[in-house]
Amino acid sequence: MTRPMPDGLELDDIQHFLVARTPALAARYEFLHFDSAAAGKTWLTGLIDKVGTATSVGTDSPDARWVTIAFTWNGLRAIGVDDASLATFPDEFRQGMAARAVMLGITGKAHPDTWDGGLASPELHAIVILFARDVPERERAERAHAQYLSDIGGIQRLSFLDLEALPPYREPREHFGYLDRLTHPTIEGGEAPTPGSVTAVKAGEFFLGYPDATGGTPPMPQPETLARNGSYLAYVRIQEHVGVFRDFLRANGGETREGQELIAAKMMGRWRSGAPLVLAPEVDDPALGSDLQRTNDFNYAKMDPHGYGCPVSAHIRRMNPRDTVDNVERHQLVRRGGTYGPFLPEDAPDDGVDRGIAAFMGCASLVRQFEFAMNVWANDPSFNGLENQRDPIAGTQDGTFDFTIPKRPVRQRLTGLPAFTTIRGGAYFFLPGIRAMRFLASTAAAAAA
Amino acid sequence: MADDNDWTRPRAMAIPEEGYLTSSPGRYGPTFPKTPACHGFTIIAKIKPGAETEIREYGKTLETAVGKTPDVLAPLQLHYLRWVLFDIGADTYFMYQGIFDTDFDKYTEDAVALFSATGITTIFTKLEGFPEDWKTNAPAFIRFVRDHQQPSFLEYGEYPFVTAREIKKALRMREAFTSMLDESQ
Repeated sequence: MTRPMPDGLELDDIQHFLVARTPALAARYEFLHFDSAAAGKTWLTGLIDKVGTATSVGTDSPDARWVTIAFTWNGLRAIGVDDASLATFPDEFRQGMAARAVMLGITGKAHPDTWDGGLASPELHAIVILFARDVPERERAERAHAQYLSDIGGIQRLSFLDLEALPPYREPREHFGYLDRLTHPTIEGGEAPTPGSVTAVKAGEFFLGYPDATGGTPPMPQPETLARNGSYLAYVRIQEHVGVFRDFLRANGGETREGQELIAAKMMGRWRSGAPLVLAPEVDDPALGSDLQRTNDFNYAKMDPHGYGCPVSAHIRRMNPRDTVDNVERHQLVRRGGTYGPFLPEDAPDDGVDRGIAAFMGCASLVRQFEFAMNVWANDPSFNGLENQRDPIAGTQDGTFDFTIPKRPVRQRLTGLPAFTTIRGGAYFFLPGIRAMRFLASTAAAAAA
Repeated sequence: MADDNDWTRPRAMAIPEEGYLTSSPGRYGPTFPKTPACHGFTIIAKIKPGAETEIREYGKTLETAVGKTPDVLAPLQLHYLRWVLFDIGADTYFMYQGIFDTDFDKYTEDAVALFSATGITTIFTKLEGFPEDWKTNAPAFIRFVRDHQQPSFLEYGEYPFVTAREIKKALRMREAFTSMLDESQ
């Protein structure tokens, strides 16, 4: 069966990463440094053919090459892109995530000074993302890459992160136990949005060189060969403090399991099963949660204007406010990634092991899409008429913000929310098209020589 | 600050020359502060030669647009807007002052989207130095606005920090309350 793909996209030139999810249960991210432009070019030349393109997505024989490659601005410079071209990239990409951390709310314990693995450093040049069906396949891929690096020389691996799906693997869940990946943006002409989801958006919202929601094609970095069919990725590694989260549910949800689950649901806007509170306000409905035809079939403005079902500050109502904000189509992100670290068994005390989500947010404009979502939706304390509230899951919490659960006759206010998550690293990458990678590996070489 | 929510206490705020009290980075540069007179801006720019008549006619265009679709400017979360033309020597300048409840950069981003989507073009196209590709190049639009912003050195609020949403909510409640009292006569 062939899945409908958006018209007019040069699928053979677009890395498959943002076009479709791979059915992967494991992944490895490797953060790399080029000792020289020549070393970077050699490395890239040998890998281009292993990068999956979007052409085979949705066909009977999907591309098995699950390698994805992206560069920081420093990496483009290191591989030999000239200054004139480098200057045409947007400010936020040139500066990088670490330089913009305060605006993003990445402060306090999350400050880039605390990041390890070289993520905050200008030495970070590229990332290679290896998705694999399972852990043995990932191990094979990482051994192959290690051998390749050893053969060619001149590439330093600053750090890496291994990711694995959490048990029982039947469906994607993160460490707090919520069902994940229930919503994703769709592109006009491609797969239809599931009922109730945000309308399909223009390809230019995610891929450079195509019309976006303005109706026109926004200006691109130059030369066009380098920019066209590319996207930006905001990478974030989010540590999840599972012990803190479970303690909070016990302290605020009362004695019963039901009471605690309700607090968990109110903060997310969905039960852990995925069932949305707007449709299942009182009792969980797991069948609804995992039914993609029903689980997004709701709105807020008409069905739950005051947040009696889903609080206005709940995670999903802030990060996808649907019909309660304007220009929602201008702030969409394609999310990719997975969980890292071992699952903490229910009722086990927190073991202090680092666990969380390491994800990429793909877009055509970091400032208008990713940074907007972080700055306004996650962290604006007066979002949609609220007072002193940030996203309880994704916002920056330091014990000074609240969470209000609208309720009759009086609302319940949880004060001084602890941080359930902490960003432990991040970076901005440019995800080039295939032609652009050939340009980086060869033409740019001549220019730099 | 809890103090900020005290609408009963009129407040004034002196603002340093750079336009903010403490430099807090925003997406497009330092963020301008929320003052007792809410968020806002004062944009001053020279108009293109001969554009004065067109600019004045734009007043009627926008009046009609708002008349037809009263909530056309709702995304901007406005309190008040003022458009002024004035001469300095032989040149004519345009001043645009707004008071609103979102932050400066978000206002401008929403304005680009709104002007592109509704077909009410922005009168900024009649200003010198305004980017030709503003419809698809929001960052350039925002840079122009920031470059022409003249920060206040003093702002005052008789009912400080109150949002338009709160004011409208209070008026709706008064209306409902009055009608309830009338009904119970």
